[in-house]
Amino acid sequence: MIQEHLDILLIAIVTASACALPGVFLVLRRMTLMSDAISHAILPGIVLAFFLTHSLSSPLMILAAAATGVLTVVFVELLQKTKLVKEDAAIGLTFPALFSIGVILISRFSSNIHLDIDAVLLGELAYAPLNRLEISVYDLGPVSLYVMGGMLLLNLAFIIIFYKELKLATFDVSLAATLGFAPALIHYGLMTLVSMTTVGAFDAVGSILVVALIAGPPATAYLMTDSLTRMLVLSVIIGCMNAVSGYWLSFLLNVSIAGTIATVTFFVFGLIFMIVPNRGLISIARRHIRQKWEFAQTMLVIHLFNHEGLPEAQDESEIAHLHEHLRWEPTFATRVVKYALNNRYVSQQATQLMLTDRGRSIAQQALVQ
Amino acid sequence: MDNLYFLTRFDYTLIIVSIGAALLGTVSGALGTYAVLRRQSLLGDAISHAALPGIAIAFLLTGSKTPLILVLGAAVAGWLGTLIILSIVRLTRIKYDSALGLVLSTFFGFGLVLLTFIQRSGNANQAGLDDFIFGQAATILKRDVLTIGILGGVALIIMVIFWKELKLLIFDEGFAASIGLPTRSLDILLTSLLVIAIVLGLQAVGAVLMSAMLVAPAVAARQWTDRLNLMVTLAACFGAFAGVSGTIISSSATGIPTGPTIILCATVAVGFSIAFAPNRGLLWNSIKQRRNRRNLKIATNKFVGATAAENQIKENDTRTS
Repeated sequence: MIQEHLDILLIAIVTASACALPGVFLVLRRMTLMSDAISHAILPGIVLAFFLTHSLSSPLMILAAAATGVLTVVFVELLQKTKLVKEDAAIGLTFPALFSIGVILISRFSSNIHLDIDAVLLGELAYAPLNRLEISVYDLGPVSLYVMGGMLLLNLAFIIIFYKELKLATFDVSLAATLGFAPALIHYGLMTLVSMTTVGAFDAVGSILVVALIAGPPATAYLMTDSLTRMLVLSVIIGCMNAVSGYWLSFLLNVSIAGTIATVTFFVFGLIFMIVPNRGLISIARRHIRQKWEFAQTMLVIHLFNHEGLPEAQDESEIAHLHEHLRWEPTFATRVVKYALNNRYVSQQATQLMLTDRGRSIAQQALVQ
Repeated sequence: MDNLYFLTRFDYTLIIVSIGAALLGTVSGALGTYAVLRRQSLLGDAISHAALPGIAIAFLLTGSKTPLILVLGAAVAGWLGTLIILSIVRLTRIKYDSALGLVLSTFFGFGLVLLTFIQRSGNANQAGLDDFIFGQAATILKRDVLTIGILGGVALIIMVIFWKELKLLIFDEGFAASIGLPTRSLDILLTSLLVIAIVLGLQAVGAVLMSAMLVAPAVAARQWTDRLNLMVTLAACFGAFAGVSGTIISSSATGIPTGPTIILCATVAVGFSIAFAPNRGLLWNSIKQRRNRRNLKIATNKFVGATAAENQIKENDTRTS
């Protein structure tokens, strides 16, 4: 029993890491939806390979599906090149068509094959450890662990070896082309890896939730950092954490594992989106509030500065009448005066507000700007 | 005799399903036009996936499978998903595609969690809820056709009422805002119409393929015309055609699911339009290109001939002088 938990957890962690790595580049290159397209479009490739091998986890299967994935990318680009169809529509046309062919193939010949659309589309992590790699009598562990482990190493190797090229091709395609780095080659390399990773992962998490693993952690990490290396590391860490917590949650609630991991991914994204410093919702809201009060105080000191030393000054700096002069709500005006007093921009003399030296310099600065 | 046999095949169920698919194709074709023109083709994909938890929650709350209630739940969830995508794009530096992918997959995942929860809680009434993932056109009943007809009709009427405003919104949003149109509300209206079209199609075509029902007829129609009213009409026709032909083809043999067949029919319409449409199509373009090349060659020959003759004359002139 414990062995089974460990196996599932390991598969989940390895799959999440393997998906997060290429996902970083997809998110940065604005091609996340290509992974969605690929994950659906590989279905006919999977079905055809299954007809040939009668097994769901042979290496031929991964190659066939990866070829279909790359074919999808080529299709989308060909459609775009005709200039008759825009990119988004090209994606939206290609993958449903290929997916439909796959579904029809499955249901037409489902009587003599054991392949379920549910399994392909939704996946079931709980069954992944049942398919074990056995050599003679030794049980070497679940097959998908080896498949995804291999994919993780392959992705890692690709990113480490071509780090410089990937970085340049992601952030400045034309410079990469000028310097002779062949961005097209990098692009297709990346797409091949995404296809292979997706195929490897589909039998654990299904083809739709693969997108959550590919897009979720990198998008979350993108909120937290500006450095590519840090984004890569953070994505893997977040992906693993999502996988582990999602697994335990699904175990407690007795619901779909992959679905729970996806749900956790969304909530972790939301949480980071709220609390991350500088870019998060909370700090955006706080900045807005701070700017509102600062602006109001500046308005106040400018108002006082404009009338300082003039005959009407007495009337204009009367605290009780300020809200009329500045067209503010009385309560708002009282609070602004309180903050301005706290900041020592103004001082109170009887019922009048007088500018301090500090307030005067702020008003002058604001007027110069 | 053959004719009679053909007629008997048009049994009651087939007629109902065909009418449903035709209505669906009409509505999604017409409204999909706007999505394609705004380059939001994949928003439909996101909405259709995001609708799944709404269906599950609607079922959990009411315990009924009345289409109207489920459609309502789907609409609310799809709408919420769209709202989240738009706010992520507005408030962070995450781009549209990543926001779409994130919401699409995680909402779908949450829907799956709820579905497994319903299944394992042993509710006997739950069978058929996962039809919304893959679609099950054969289960369309008369009341479903009624729902599609009424809600789809309402959506189309709203589209016609706001025709001028929506047209301006999709072609020149900045101008629309500058003359005082409430672009934000119009945007929400258009999204809501899309949501209606999508949730109506979920049961028949399923979450995965619904986006193609929006995109394919519109892309096919785009090749034949440059006018919005014609494009919307054509897209509706293509959608209806795909719906009916897909239903008939899938009923003619066993083991051919209806939803995917409808999508393939729509894709064939796209392929045909891209290849053969006048003015824009590939065939037309290659003929035009060949003609241009020939004209250019003739012109060059004339020019070369003329300059050669001219040079000859000049040469003669210099020689004589």
